[in-house]
Amino acid sequence: MSLLDVRDLRVSYGGHEAVKGVSLSVGEGEFVAVVGESGSGKTTTANAIIGLHPGDSGEILLNGTDIARWSQRRLRVIRGAQIGLVPQDPSNSLNPVKKVGAQIAETLLIHRHGDKTSRRRRVLELLERVGLDDPARRAGQYPHELSGGMRQRVLIAAAIALRPSLIIADEPTSALDVTVQRRILDLIDDLRQEYGTAVLLVTHDLGIAAARSDRLVVMREGLVEESGGTREVLAAPAAAYTRRLLADAPALSARAFKEPPPQAGPAIVVRDLVKEFGGFRAVDGVSFEVARGSTHALVGESGSGKTTTARIVTRFEKADSGSVEIPGVTEFRRGVQLVYQNPYGSLDPRHSVARIVEEPLRNFRLGDRAARRTRVKELLDRVALPEALLERKPRELSGGQRQRVAIARALAVEPQVVVLDEAVSALDVTVQAQILDLLEQLQRDLGLTYLFISHDLAVVRQISHTVSVMNKGRIVESGTTQQIFDSPQDDYTRELLAAVPEPVR
Amino acid sequence: MRVGQALLVLWAAFTAAYILLQAMPGDSILIKFQNPELGLSPQQIAEIRAYYDAGGYLHTVLGFLRGDFGYSVDTGTPVLERLAEGLPETAKLATAAFVLAVLLAVLIAFAASHSSRLRGVLLAVPSLFISVPAFWLGILLIQVFSFRLGLVPVIGGSEIQQLILPVLTLAVPISAPIAQVLARSLDQVFTQPFVPVVAAKGASRSWILWRHVARNALPPTLTVAGLTFGELIAGSVVTETVFGRNGVGRLTEQAVNAQDTPVLLAVVVLAATVFVLVNLLVDLVFPVLDPRLAR
Amino acid sequence: MRWLSWLVVALVVLWAVVPWLFTGYDPLNGVPAEKLQGPSAAHWFGTDAVGRDVFARVVHGSVHSLSGAFVAVGVGLVLGTLLGLLAGSAGGPADEIIMRLMDVLLSVPGLLLALTVIILLGPGTVNVAIAVGVGSVAAFARLARAEVVRVRRSDYVEAAFGSGGTFVAVLWRHVLPNSLGPVVALAALQFGVAILAISTLGFLGYGAEPPTPEWGLLISEGRNYLATSWWLTTLPGAVVVAVVLAAGRISKEIR
Repeated sequence: MSLLDVRDLRVSYGGHEAVKGVSLSVGEGEFVAVVGESGSGKTTTANAIIGLHPGDSGEILLNGTDIARWSQRRLRVIRGAQIGLVPQDPSNSLNPVKKVGAQIAETLLIHRHGDKTSRRRRVLELLERVGLDDPARRAGQYPHELSGGMRQRVLIAAAIALRPSLIIADEPTSALDVTVQRRILDLIDDLRQEYGTAVLLVTHDLGIAAARSDRLVVMREGLVEESGGTREVLAAPAAAYTRRLLADAPALSARAFKEPPPQAGPAIVVRDLVKEFGGFRAVDGVSFEVARGSTHALVGESGSGKTTTARIVTRFEKADSGSVEIPGVTEFRRGVQLVYQNPYGSLDPRHSVARIVEEPLRNFRLGDRAARRTRVKELLDRVALPEALLERKPRELSGGQRQRVAIARALAVEPQVVVLDEAVSALDVTVQAQILDLLEQLQRDLGLTYLFISHDLAVVRQISHTVSVMNKGRIVESGTTQQIFDSPQDDYTRELLAAVPEPVR
Repeated sequence: MRVGQALLVLWAAFTAAYILLQAMPGDSILIKFQNPELGLSPQQIAEIRAYYDAGGYLHTVLGFLRGDFGYSVDTGTPVLERLAEGLPETAKLATAAFVLAVLLAVLIAFAASHSSRLRGVLLAVPSLFISVPAFWLGILLIQVFSFRLGLVPVIGGSEIQQLILPVLTLAVPISAPIAQVLARSLDQVFTQPFVPVVAAKGASRSWILWRHVARNALPPTLTVAGLTFGELIAGSVVTETVFGRNGVGRLTEQAVNAQDTPVLLAVVVLAATVFVLVNLLVDLVFPVLDPRLAR
Repeated sequence: MRWLSWLVVALVVLWAVVPWLFTGYDPLNGVPAEKLQGPSAAHWFGTDAVGRDVFARVVHGSVHSLSGAFVAVGVGLVLGTLLGLLAGSAGGPADEIIMRLMDVLLSVPGLLLALTVIILLGPGTVNVAIAVGVGSVAAFARLARAEVVRVRRSDYVEAAFGSGGTFVAVLWRHVLPNSLGPVVALAALQFGVAILAISTLGFLGYGAEPPTPEWGLLISEGRNYLATSWWLTTLPGAVVVAVVLAAGRISKEIR
């Protein structure tokens, strides 16, 4: 008998069926990963298991007892005690006005576990166990005084306080930097081995799932596409969708490195950039060059200064000192374009696709109304969007379509340099792969130069010719992509690379 | 920083009041004071003349700070004296009304958050409260409780009896924005990601409401409660007029009728001062409620 | 339920425009023999002390309340929005100065501010409307500024500058259309608030002169007959509540 057995679970949200008959099981001490893109129903399934969003039908057997139809009052006895939850977004998952010690002790308090002193002792033990220094001090701090990784450790401590037999971890690391991500996953793994706790990991990242789990469940549009032993699934995926996921996941598709860039003159020359924000040095002496027609990646974790550098290059921010040259560009706003991380935020919600793409043409008074109209259609065609979308508003488009519109707008005035600020980070892997392909094709056809800002090494490996690694405002290492990935010289680069999950070596 | 801003606002309010006072032709004021109907002695008129002759920006604004607002055009007595007469009555009324308003608001918002069946009805109550003219509400209350039911005597009665209806009249419109903001904040906090996390620890809805959500919903509610202080003073004008109570509100009404600008400006400056100080206090309390704002 | 609030507003607007369609009685000259009658089929809202039909007075009075509210909202909307737009788009010292001035306005309760304006301008319907409008300038300015600042921070505004847009073009194409929605909603809300404030000032006696059937004045006149004739105050007041409630609902819908 399994610890958890979910049979034919159906869940709907406001009339829409998000989970359409899902079955999965988790054995004692087993690590099971549920993988899927946004809208696959993976998080809904997880919430239904602990009854936070009850299912419509199906069975949820916990140690052989069906809890699917239990009242909230009965479920409360199980939550926290037998099933612990590690949530997605550590920055908002703790009550901001309560000390973290109290929030860990709460699990014990709700289940009337021990007295005040014994609870306090247990909280300190837990804080130490999850790897926080100086537990007594940490317990008295508020969430905002801790880093993202530390908050996630606190949430884990609260989840394991009563040694539940199952932990449900819903995207526990997707909001964290890669190096922190790895340490958190290591911690969850350690705890599993120490306590014999089973783990149900919900994730969009096939790389993480593959690296950590015993068994895989691949979900898509509310259905299980495939499930089985992780090794077996990866070696011989049965479902076409799994094969596509594997092919699209940049971490797993060990494509060949790009050739070093053709020997062309520089399209971007950056010299000794320095930028301070209220005494804090966000960018500290950054220099690099990008050859015409090539892609240069700026890689780093949050706070490394990569986005500030991009904003200085695009003149949305002024550097305190240093210079940026874009040789051959006379009209700056025509020659250099920026594509944003969040396409929804960068498109005016009240304008149609046609108006959005046309705007730069109007700004530079290029052509009359009819000529502009033709050009807009041509641009949509370039980014492989059907003409039928011309009159749609951004909210009526999918994430991938929105980013294509943003790219079409950037291309409208025939720029030489396009700066892409985490331009594919918010997209699902299959969509991400399509946009990356589009970018490569546009570069070949139009001879574009890209400055590609990303935290995702796997994506960078795929698209860029050359790479600069940034840490704390400085470039710690530069070189061709192959040099950086195959023979990193700097310790920080090595740490970053080690953090990339790479199960298929 | 925040203190400086509050002082700046007060200074600007004082200055505006000064400019308005200057806008009145000075001699015409003195002519009014010399009206024999006021029955002022020559000595008193000399005092008043000295006050207005001294004039000057610094003199007047410093006077405001000391509580010296000049002389009432209507009665010839110092403005401060007239204010002091009405203040205790109004303070009593306003304090009681504020407490009642907060109680009403908390009751409505928490009941709406607890009961999904009554929710729709309860959340409609504040919009109704805010749409009722205070003077009409007062009249309605007199009609129902004094004339129909005979529960509260129209004239006479104990002090408490005399306070009940005015307090209710003043409290109802003020409770509405507090209830609205509190209910909305409660809803909004309930959608925050940390709520399901607490639920996943095994907490019940009322545990979450009282131990987590309420505290997080407090700051915006406190802000709006602070903003209603101005309405308390304005509302007392109507309430005191309807119920014939002698307080600052009634004084204000009389001042406008008598074109008694110095008295009205004194009330305005007083109201602005109370408002700014209360809201400054609210801002200073914030870091205690929300540690993220503490340095 | 939605149509109900629109219906109430539409009805009152019709009262103001074509009052004779709704009542045949004269609002100013009564029939002394029919004085102080309770509500009946002939006199829906009863009659007052000189035998005038109260319903007719309410219908004919709507034009005073509505036009006053329009003027008040117009003053607040135009002045406030302009100041807010200026502060939000110019930034820097202009922003600082305008918003501190608005703080001063905001620190004085609306009614007291209106009374100050009335003592300066003197009583009367137009002055009352202006006085009420001045009281809402700060609210409009604050909201408009907040919206402009919010929209200006958005990526799509930066993207518009990035694709070569000039300051004026971006303001006109992106910032204005995206920040006006909440301002319009506030205008609808303020319409109700203005009706309330105008009737309050009318009640206190600073608005129209008797025998004008202004709503606040109407209720004030009924006070002398509280013990015997409840309809004189209760029914006109209920009309005010209905209109203000409807304006509030519509404001919520727009938002």
